[in-house]
Amino acid sequence: MSAKESNWEVVIGLEIHAQLATRSKIFSGSPTAYGAPPNTQANLVDLAYPGVLPVLNGEALRMAVKFGLAIGAAIAPRSVFARKNYFYPDLPKGYQISQYEHPVVGKGSIGILLDDGAVKTVGITRAHLEEDAGKSLHEGLANASGIDLNRAGTPLLEIVSEPDMRSAKEAVAYMKKIHTLVRYLEICDGNMQEGSFRCDANVSVRPGGAVKFGTRAEIKNLNSFRFVEKAIQYEVARQIDLIESGGKVVQETRLYDSDKNETRSMRSKEEANDYRYFPDPDLLPVQVDEAFIASVRTTLPELPDEKAARFARDFGLSAYDAGVLCASREMSVYYETLVTALGVPHAKLAANIVMGELSGALNRDNLDIGASRVSPEALAGLMMRIVDGTISGKMAKDVFESMWSGGGTADAIIEAQGLRQITDTGAIEAVIDSVIAANPKQLADYRSGKDNLFRFFAGQVMKATGGKANPTQLNELLKAKLAGGGSG
Amino acid sequence: MYHTLSIGELARRLAAKEISSVALTQHFLARIQRLNPSLNAVITLTAERALEAARAADRRLEAGERGRLLGIPLIHKDIFCTEGVRTSCGSRMLDNFISPYDATIVTKLKAAGTVMLGKSNMDEFAMGSSNETSYYGPVKNPWDITKVPGGSSGGSSAASAARLAPFTTGTDTGGSIRQPAALTGVTGVKPTYGRVSRYGMIAFASSLDQAGVLARSAQDAAAVLEVMAGFDPKDSTSVDAPVPDYPTLLEAPLKGLKIGLLREFFEGLESRNAALIRDALKVYTAMGAETLEVSLPHLPLSVPTYYVVAPAECSSNLSRFDGVRFGYRCDQPKDLMDLYERSRGEGFGPEVKRRIMTGTYVLSAGYFDAYYLKAQKVRRLITDDFRAAFEKVDLLIGPTTPTPAFAIGAKVDDPVTMYLNDIYTIGANLAGLPGISAPCGFVDGLPVGMQLIGPHFSEARLLSAAHHYQQSTDWHLKTPGGYE
Repeated sequence: MSAKESNWEVVIGLEIHAQLATRSKIFSGSPTAYGAPPNTQANLVDLAYPGVLPVLNGEALRMAVKFGLAIGAAIAPRSVFARKNYFYPDLPKGYQISQYEHPVVGKGSIGILLDDGAVKTVGITRAHLEEDAGKSLHEGLANASGIDLNRAGTPLLEIVSEPDMRSAKEAVAYMKKIHTLVRYLEICDGNMQEGSFRCDANVSVRPGGAVKFGTRAEIKNLNSFRFVEKAIQYEVARQIDLIESGGKVVQETRLYDSDKNETRSMRSKEEANDYRYFPDPDLLPVQVDEAFIASVRTTLPELPDEKAARFARDFGLSAYDAGVLCASREMSVYYETLVTALGVPHAKLAANIVMGELSGALNRDNLDIGASRVSPEALAGLMMRIVDGTISGKMAKDVFESMWSGGGTADAIIEAQGLRQITDTGAIEAVIDSVIAANPKQLADYRSGKDNLFRFFAGQVMKATGGKANPTQLNELLKAKLAGGGSG
Repeated sequence: MYHTLSIGELARRLAAKEISSVALTQHFLARIQRLNPSLNAVITLTAERALEAARAADRRLEAGERGRLLGIPLIHKDIFCTEGVRTSCGSRMLDNFISPYDATIVTKLKAAGTVMLGKSNMDEFAMGSSNETSYYGPVKNPWDITKVPGGSSGGSSAASAARLAPFTTGTDTGGSIRQPAALTGVTGVKPTYGRVSRYGMIAFASSLDQAGVLARSAQDAAAVLEVMAGFDPKDSTSVDAPVPDYPTLLEAPLKGLKIGLLREFFEGLESRNAALIRDALKVYTAMGAETLEVSLPHLPLSVPTYYVVAPAECSSNLSRFDGVRFGYRCDQPKDLMDLYERSRGEGFGPEVKRRIMTGTYVLSAGYFDAYYLKAQKVRRLITDDFRAAFEKVDLLIGPTTPTPAFAIGAKVDDPVTMYLNDIYTIGANLAGLPGISAPCGFVDGLPVGMQLIGPHFSEARLLSAAHHYQQSTDWHLKTPGGYE
């Protein structure tokens, strides 16, 4: 934050759109799979043919309720679908079915971890069900636009936060937290490239200490964490510059251009559509009773915060490490499988290798942990050999790389490459003796006080064993020999 | 001849192999070809399909299958989607629209073995009370071709009255089955909202629209309704309640039935019409029914309430007609706005535009509370009035319309006067109640209808009450001159 920005308080609220992972659309039986040829996943209901009617997909409702329960929100016993009316070619009915005055999920909250280690609670105003629109295609068509309605009617959960975030970083932390949660709940695949998880950011600034909110701008359709951060940073600077140079922020919708890293006005409040919301008479109010809520509650998994707390407690991890390991459900499952195979006493070691070598390799190859080339069971096999002293930690890094590039199990690699650590005291002593014998001058110098020659001898011994001597044993035995015991 | 027979009698003869469905179909097709040009009731004739369906019905009959409607011809209102057949909704907007699917009621009636002869004319998108808003021109009333047949199911009512088919289907949003039935002397049934699926019925006002039947008698209508009714998983507003076997319930005794005479329906009603309703009431008392006068104080507000709710819903329902995916598209659109403006401007007629504009207005920011929300509150009050009335009586009786059929052209320039034609029918739509209009006499040679309204899902009782009346009277058997 610049000195200038420190005079201003930034206020951010996010509207996150999470595409629900139902197999069929929210009001029709069409599949929701991504990437099909245009208009092959749009039936008469999606195309808004005359006479067709929407029927709510019960699975979408179940997922919304699941989310509500996970953020501790009240679930509305009665929620209402409304029509949001506007004309656009990718909106076949001329209205979007959404929830307006009566959303299914009421007030809830979620905690985010700040840089200073404190946990901040971000309020969630509501979450409601709605359908996605299709998309217009402008490329490859001369003097025409195409329309692909495959996405039309895809179920979305719109998660609206309170204006509780005070920096772009907090906004990103919140968005990541929701991202983690919806994937834990298995209600959204979280794929941001495919648009399954995206947000609109409401951004305003006010003088430090002011009570009243400044006028906000809404930045539409941000589909990466990086864009959220950059767009908000740009927008905050723009608003502050504007106000400090005597201008006024106007309420408007803006678009973020990631190529130019700037936001641009899309339409002002005056130009905003009057959506003429009214309850959709084709759909009855959604009734949710206690029994339904209870049945959804039984499907709730251990939530990320609960799991991180358990990891910290049971496995002796720091809050930060536990948080990292629980940031994705797949990562936490991987880690816990590894710990189970290896034994809880080695949980910290397991955390180090998962967050170190494994994460490094995944990042390098741009893979999700689900696509890891080394399974947790295989990784446990490697770590057993560190724990039992067969190989050193340093050797383990090489074995891991071999495993990663498809070299087989840890044991097979150790065997094939002759990497087994030498732990036979007699064998190590024999090497030490020959090294000492071959270096009488250094021995004399050492004994006359040049302690740092110890590393010279240790290096020579390690070299002579091809790096396989157990380092701890080597150190102990070498120290004794150099000290000039009777065996000299 | 066949067109003078009831559905029950036709079914008996088909079962006895005294006639074939093909012969029946040919008879009605010939009648349509001969009589329709002066009426303009049927706008699409599907002769080949009809004969094919008739042959299929004959094969089923031959195989020993029996059904109340097996082999019986019908005409569908052109608001119902019919696969492979133009479904115009009376609009230029859908003049080129060949539906790729069947409405649920079309599917059900097909499965029952009915034979579709064609599609009937209607007010554009069911918006009208005289069938004068149709893109295909007005329908003439068979009782007097200078008069309107009512609307919006005017093609269906005229076709039923002229005996162009044993029965026709219709839809009723504010009276569009009962009012034309009254003006053409046929029996029209508007079921409880949710009784019959709306899937495949082109929406006008979703919370009011309901499909029903126009036939010669309550008995015929009962056989048809039994097939049309029932839960449809494709329509969230259809109700999952068992369908009574209406035809077998027709003879249930009337004695002790409490009929309420609706005070508000007689205020300002022409005395000759009022007298006919009171005559009908005498028939009921003679059969052992009790009558008492009841009042629905909020009912006079039903017309303004309706003309907020229905346009609001229609303004949204008709947004899908945008020239993009189906239906009318203007020539050489310059850009997107031009495509929207001209496709809709050229594709919709004036009454539809009037209602879209009214509806858009009442839903707009700043007006929503004063109009739409207020109308919803009044709607609730009207519903409550009916509920209170049905604590005292089993059925309500009143006129269907304020006057008999009026002259074509008489009200086209005065929408408010036209809207007032639905003053007695709209209440049942706002409250979602079933209603029947049955012929009860004539004024100046034109038929007059009485209306029976019952509580939700009281179709069996309504049909039975109308049936008992028709057992004691013969108004429903009167046929317009030239169509006997």
